[in-house]
Amino acid sequence: MATKAQSAEVSSTTGTEGSDGYRRRDFLNVAAVSFAGVGTVAAIAPLLVQMAPSADVLALATTEVDISKIQPGQGIKAQWRKQPIFIRNLTPKEIAEANAVPLSSLRDPQSLAERTKPGKQNWLITLGVCTHLGCVPLGIGEGENRGPYGGYFCPCHGSAYDTAARIRQGPAPLNLQVPEYKFTGPTTVQIG
Amino acid sequence: MSFSWAKPYEPKTALGRWFDERLPLPRLAYGAVGGGYPVPRNLNYFWNFGVAAGLFLTIQIITGIVLAMHYFASTDGAFNSVNQLIMRDVNAGWLLRYAHMNGASFFFIVVYVHIFRGLYYGSYKAPRELVWMLGLVIYLLMMATAFMGYVLPWGQMSYWGAQVITGFFSAFPLIGEPLRVWLLGGYAPDQAALTRFFSLHYLLPFVIAAVVILHIWALHIPGSGNPTGVDVKDERDTLPFHPFYTAKDGWFSGVILLVYALVTFFAPNYLGHPDNYIPANPLATPAHIVPEWYFWPFYAILRSFTVDFILPAKLWGVLAMFSSILLLFFLPWLDKSPVRSGSYRPVFKRFFWLLVVDVIILGYVGGAPISPFRTALGQAAAAYYFLHFLVILPIVSALETPLPLPSSISESVLHGEVAEAAPVGQTKRRGGSIATASAE
Repeated sequence: MATKAQSAEVSSTTGTEGSDGYRRRDFLNVAAVSFAGVGTVAAIAPLLVQMAPSADVLALATTEVDISKIQPGQGIKAQWRKQPIFIRNLTPKEIAEANAVPLSSLRDPQSLAERTKPGKQNWLITLGVCTHLGCVPLGIGEGENRGPYGGYFCPCHGSAYDTAARIRQGPAPLNLQVPEYKFTGPTTVQIG
Repeated sequence: MSFSWAKPYEPKTALGRWFDERLPLPRLAYGAVGGGYPVPRNLNYFWNFGVAAGLFLTIQIITGIVLAMHYFASTDGAFNSVNQLIMRDVNAGWLLRYAHMNGASFFFIVVYVHIFRGLYYGSYKAPRELVWMLGLVIYLLMMATAFMGYVLPWGQMSYWGAQVITGFFSAFPLIGEPLRVWLLGGYAPDQAALTRFFSLHYLLPFVIAAVVILHIWALHIPGSGNPTGVDVKDERDTLPFHPFYTAKDGWFSGVILLVYALVTFFAPNYLGHPDNYIPANPLATPAHIVPEWYFWPFYAILRSFTVDFILPAKLWGVLAMFSSILLLFFLPWLDKSPVRSGSYRPVFKRFFWLLVVDVIILGYVGGAPISPFRTALGQAAAAYYFLHFLVILPIVSALETPLPLPSSISESVLHGEVAEAAPVGQTKRRGGSIATASAE
C-alpha cells in the first residue's frame, strides 16, 4: 500500500512528514482503502446468507401426524423438513427388550424412557436418518429387515439399531436422533 | 508494453520470481493495470467509465450467478420464483434481485457515457479501430443478454417483449417466419423459449467478459487515448496506471456505486415497468408495451416506418434499427478527419451535441405512447441520426478547419507553468488570487 518507497516520486510535493516518518497521504491512503475494504466485506454478506434456508423452507419446520391407525408392532414413515420420520408403536415385548439392555454396554448410552415421552413409552419417534452417512434404515415397513437387534438396519454400511433405535452394531456413532415433538391430542403428534 | 519507458515487472520476493518463471500472471496484471502500463496524464473523468463498465459487468455476473441458484426456468414457476421466492423468502433475495435489475441499467448508463466519450474524442480513429469495433460487439452482446434477462421473470412485459423482439425476425422475406419459430422453439414464447433464454442469459456474460479482454488487449497496443487526441511523445506525457489511475478509478467507482446504491435502495423500480409484476398472459397484450429504457432510441427508429415503400414498412423498420448500430462499425472510415478530439473541431463539436440531443429525442419517442406528433418527431429524429453519420460527418471531416493542436500532452497540461501543477500549500505565488484561493 502507501509506503514511502512506492510513492517517492510524489512525496516531494505532497506535504509534510510527521515525526514518525509517515505522511498525511499515507494515512489517507490507508483510510480510503480500508473504507473500501469494509464496504466490500459488507457487500459479501448477502451473497453468503442467500444460501441459508429461505423462509419457505423454514415454514415447513413443524408437521402434524395422525397416529390413530398405528397398531402395536407397526410403524409409519412421516416427513419433516423433507426428512423421513419413523413413528413406531412398540409392543410390550419390544419395550421389555429395550429396557433389559444395560446402559453401560451401549455406544451412545440412553434409556428408552429418555427417548420417549412420559406415559407414552410405546411411541418411539425418531429421524429415519442413519447417523453414519445419512441413509434411510430399513425396519419401519412391514416385512423389512430389522437387523439383529429387532429395531432398524441400515443397508448402506450395516449399522444395526435396537428396539429403542439405539446404535448397537456397525459404523454409526450415535442413536437415531429423536426430534423435538409433543402430543397435541390423544392421537396426534406435532413434530418440530 | 506499449511505450519504451514502461517499467518491466520485477518480482520482489523469491516466491514471486519462482512464480513468474512458471506462470507470469502477476507480470501480465502489472503490465495491464499496474505500474507497467503508462497512461496519458491528462485523462478527464470521462475516462473512468470503462473501468466502471467492468465494475458493473462484475456485479451482474456475481448477482446473476446467485440469483440463478433460486430461479426456476419454467413457465409455471418463473414468475413466482422471482416475485415470491427470491423477493420474499430467500435471505437478502430482494437486495440481490434489485441489485441485478438496476445493475443492468447502470451497466448501460456507464456504457452509453463510454460510447459517447469515444464519439466525442474520436476514440474510434486509427490506430484504435479494432478497440472501437470490439466495443460495439460487447454492446450488441449486452443488448442480447439484457433482452433475454428481461424475459426471465415471465411477467407481462417479459412475455410481450419476447414476442415483439423475436417478431423482428419475421420481417425478413421467406425465411423470416420459419426463423422466428426456430428461435422460439414454438409459435409463441413458451417453455422452450424460456429455457433457452435462461441458458443463453447465463452464457453470454462470460462471452462479454472474453470480448472485454480482447477490447483491453487491443487498447493496450497503442495505449489509451486522451482528451487532446495528441499522441504520447515521451515519458513526461504519461503516468503509471498504478497508483495514479487505480486511485482515480477507485475513487470514481465509489462515486458511481453511491448513485447505484441510491437507486437500488430508494427507487428500485423507477427504471423498470410496473406491468412486469403481472404474470405473463399469452391472451392479452399490455396497453402500452415498451422495452427497457436503454432500448428506447432503437425502438423509436423501428416504429418510424409507417408506410410501405418498395419493401414492407415492417422490414424497413427492422433494417433501419439493425443498421443504426451496424453503421457504427464503419465510423472510422466515415469520419476521415485526422484530428481525434472534438475539442479541436469546432464544427464537429456542434454536430456532436446535436446528435446527443437527437438520441435523447429518439429515446423519449421510443418510451412514450404513440401519437401522430411523436411519430413525426421520431421520424425526423431517426432521419437525422442517419444523416449525421452518413452525410454530415464525412462532409464536416473533409471541409472543417480544426483548431491548432498542442504540441504535446505535457504542454497542454502544464501550459509551461510549474506553479499550476504544484499542490495545495506549496503554490508559488503567480498572479496572487489563484494561489491565495487554493491555499485557503
